[in-house]
Amino acid sequence: MAVVAAVPRVEVQAAPRNLGDQVLRVVLRAAALTLVLLVLAMVVAMVHASWPAMRAFGWRFLVSSTWDPVAEQFGALPFVYGTLLSSLLALLIAVPLGIGAAIYLAELAPAWIRPPIAFLVELVAAVPSVIYGLWGIFVLAPLLRVWVQPVLGKTLGFLPLFQGPPYGIGMLAAGIILAIMVVPYITAVSREVLLAVPNTQREAALALGATRWETTRIAVLRYGRSGLVGAILLGLGRALGETMAVTMVIGNRPEVAISLFAPGYTMASVVANEFAEATSDLYLAALIEIGLLLFAVTVVVNALARLLVWSVGGPVKAIRE
Amino acid sequence: MADGIVVRDLNAWFGTTHVLRGIGVTIAPKAVTAVIGPSGCGKSTFVRCLNRMHEVVPGARVTGSVRVEGMDVYAPGVDPVQVRRKIGMVFQKPNPFPTMSVFDNVVAGLRLGGVRERSVLDEAAERALRQAALWDEVKDQLGKSGVSLSGGQQQRVCIARALAVEPEVLLMDEPCSALDPIATAKIEELILELRSTLTIVVVTHNMQQAARVSESTGFFLLGELVEVGVTRQLFTNPHDKRTEDYITGRFG
Amino acid sequence: MTPGARRAVNVVMSWLAAAAAGLVVLPLLLILAFLLWQGVSAVNVDFFTHLPRPVGEVGGGMANAIVGTLILLVLAAALGLPVGILGGLYLAESRDRRLPWIARFLADVLNGVPSIVIGIFAYTIIVLPMRRFSALAGGFALAVIMLPIVVRTSEELVRLVPASLREAALALGIPQWKVLLRVVLPTARAGIITGVMVAIARVAGETAPLLFTAFGNRFWHQGLDQPIAALPLQIFAYAIAPYDDWHRQAWAGALVLIGLVFVVSFAARVVTSGRFTGVR
Repeated sequence: MAVVAAVPRVEVQAAPRNLGDQVLRVVLRAAALTLVLLVLAMVVAMVHASWPAMRAFGWRFLVSSTWDPVAEQFGALPFVYGTLLSSLLALLIAVPLGIGAAIYLAELAPAWIRPPIAFLVELVAAVPSVIYGLWGIFVLAPLLRVWVQPVLGKTLGFLPLFQGPPYGIGMLAAGIILAIMVVPYITAVSREVLLAVPNTQREAALALGATRWETTRIAVLRYGRSGLVGAILLGLGRALGETMAVTMVIGNRPEVAISLFAPGYTMASVVANEFAEATSDLYLAALIEIGLLLFAVTVVVNALARLLVWSVGGPVKAIRE
Repeated sequence: MADGIVVRDLNAWFGTTHVLRGIGVTIAPKAVTAVIGPSGCGKSTFVRCLNRMHEVVPGARVTGSVRVEGMDVYAPGVDPVQVRRKIGMVFQKPNPFPTMSVFDNVVAGLRLGGVRERSVLDEAAERALRQAALWDEVKDQLGKSGVSLSGGQQQRVCIARALAVEPEVLLMDEPCSALDPIATAKIEELILELRSTLTIVVVTHNMQQAARVSESTGFFLLGELVEVGVTRQLFTNPHDKRTEDYITGRFG
Repeated sequence: MTPGARRAVNVVMSWLAAAAAGLVVLPLLLILAFLLWQGVSAVNVDFFTHLPRPVGEVGGGMANAIVGTLILLVLAAALGLPVGILGGLYLAESRDRRLPWIARFLADVLNGVPSIVIGIFAYTIIVLPMRRFSALAGGFALAVIMLPIVVRTSEELVRLVPASLREAALALGIPQWKVLLRVVLPTARAGIITGVMVAIARVAGETAPLLFTAFGNRFWHQGLDQPIAALPLQIFAYAIAPYDDWHRQAWAGALVLIGLVFVVSFAARVVTSGRFTGVR
C-alpha cells in the first residue's frame, strides 16, 4: 500500500476554516445574488409580459400614432414624442441654470454661502414628485394660462411653437415642471465634477492674472467638459422617467402636436394613467412594452452619463438620489 | 525696477495657524534669490505671498507690505489680478492646461489680457519658448496637447507661459522636484540664462541647486527668515547656528 | 479687454451664476410657501384621525393614508434592508472575482430605473399571481427602489472603517465573521442608519410605483394581501378630482408628506453629525 506523502498546500487566499466565516460568506453572496437576480428578473418579466404586444405590432409600435384601446390598436409614437419633447424642453431650461448654479457653488460663491445653498438644492431634489404636480396644477398652470401663454402667443405667436388656445396645462407646463425637478441633479453632479478638477489647474490660471471667472472658464470648465456632459445626461435620464408631476400637468392627450401650448402625453404618464384600468391583455402588454422601452432608454442614458462623469475625477461617490 | 522686491513685516496665517512671522527682506532685482529650509518652514507660503496667491486659500490671511517696483501689492485698493499679471509663477508639479495645445498654453496669459492678433501671439510664443529653451524642441509641435510632452518639457511650457506676459518677477516654487536629473539640469541652465533679465525667486529643498543657480539665498525655519545673504557666504560661513545646522545636515 | 472690463465681466458672471443658483432654489421656497398657505387650514385633528368621506361629501381625513404609508415603509424596510445592508457588506468585503463587479454594475443600473417601471415589475411578479392589488406588492416595489441606495451607502461606509481596526481585531485571533459583525458593522452603524433614513425619505414620497400595486383604499388596511391607502396616492387622487374640499385636503396631505420627508432627512443628518465621530 503506497503512502501518500503530505504535500504542503500553498494557499492563495485564506480559505475560511471557521464555520461562522463560511456561513457569512454564503449569506453575503446570497444577498448579492438576490440583487443580480432581481434585475435580471425585471428584464425577463417585462419582456415576457410585453411579448403579446411585440408580436402583434412589431416595429410599427414605435412609429404608429394610433392609441385605440377599443379597437386594440396601439402605437407608441405620441408617447415617445411627448417624452422626448418634454425632456428636451426641460433640459433647455435646466442646463444653463444647473451648470450656472454649480459654477456658483464650486467656484464663485463666497465660502460662507456655499453650504446653505448646497443644502437647499438637495432639498429641491427631495420634494416628492406628486407635490410638484400638485403645485403644477394649482399654481403653475393657472399662471401659464392667465399670464404667460397669452403674452407668448401675442409676441411669438407667428411660430408654430406658440400657437393654440392657452390651456395652462400642456407641454409647456410639463417642460417647466420637469426642469424644476431635474435641475438640482444637474447642479449636484456638475458641482462634484467641477470640484474634482485639480486645484493646480486653477492656480496656473490665477498665477497668470486671471479673474475668478476667467479661471473658471479656461481652467475648470474646459477640464471638466466631459463630466459636465455626463451631468446633463444624468438630468436627461431623470427627465425621461419622471412620472407624477408630468402626468398631472401635461394634459394626457395622445397626439403629436408641434405647439408647446398643446396637451401631450409621455411614456411614463400613459402607464401611470391607464395601467390600472387596462381592460385587455393586449392593452396591458402594450403598456408594459412602453415601460420596457422606457427602461432600455434610461439604462443606456444613465450608463453613458456615469462613464462621462467618472472620466473627470474617477468614480464620483454614490450620487444621493 | 532697480528696487527689486522689498518685504516688510510680512505675517501670514492659515486660519489661526501663524505660518510666517515678521518677514523682512530686500530681494535684489535682476538676480536669482534662492529660498531654502526644511519642510513646513514657510518657504512656499512666503513666495505665494509675493504674488498674492496665498490668500486664494479659504481662511488664509496676510499682513505687512510687499513692494514690487516701489508699489505695495497689499495696499488697499490694489487688484490681486493685476499683481499676478506682473509677477509670474511656476509650480512644483507642471500644470499645463490639458485641453489646450502647447501654443494655446503659452499665449494663454496674453489672450486673457485681450491680445487677439495672431501675428503678435506667434511672435510672443516664439520669444517665450526660446527664453524657456524649448523652441527648437517643440516648434513643429505647437498644436499638440499641452500634456503630450515629457515632464521636463511640460515644466518649460509652464515657464514659457509665465514668461510670455513679460513679467518683472518670476517666482518658482520647487520647479524641479517632480523632474528627473536631466530635466532638472536643463531648467537650472535656463534659470542662469534668465538671470540678468528678470528678478527670480526660487524655492528649493536642494541646497546644491541653490548654490548652483542663485546669487543670494534666504534660509527659513519655522516661519521665520533666519538668515539671508550672498549664497556663497551663507553656505561656507553662515552667521546663524541654525543655518549651519541645516546646511550641515543636522536636520531637515 | 481692459483690466476694468475684465473686472466687470467677472462681477457680471458672478451675479449671473448667483441668479442661476437662486432660480434653482426659488421653486422650493414657492412650493413650501404654498403648502403652508393652502394646507395649514385643512390640517386639523380630523385630518389625522378620520377616514375619507364618500365622494362629494365634505370633511373626513387621510388617517388611513398616513397609516398606510407607514405600513408600506415598514414593509419596504423589512424586505429591502437585509438584502441591502448585506449586499453592501458583500461589495465592501468580498474578494470574489466577478460577482462584486456585476452586482455593483446592476445596482447602478437599478438606481437609474424610473420608479414606474419598478412598479410594473412588482405588478408582474406579485399582483398578477395574487390576482389582486396588495400592500405586499407596494412594499415590494418600494423595497426594490430602496435597494440600490442602501447597498451603495452601506458599501461606502463599511469601506470607510479603517483597516487598522480590522487588523487589530484579526490579530487578536477573532474570526473574520465576528470581526465583521462585531467590529466593522457597529463602527459603520451610524452612517448606515443615515443612509437607510435617506432611502426611506426618498421612497416615502413615491407615488407612481404604488398606482397599480398598493392601488389605494378608502378604508383602513385590511391585510397585507389587500390594497392599501398611501399618502402620495391619496394626494394624487384628490388633486385630479373636481372637488374643492378634496383639493384642500390634497394640500394638507402634501404638507404632512413633505413634513415627513424633511423630518426623516433632518434626523438622518443629525445622526451623522452627532454620533458619526468614530469614523471619518
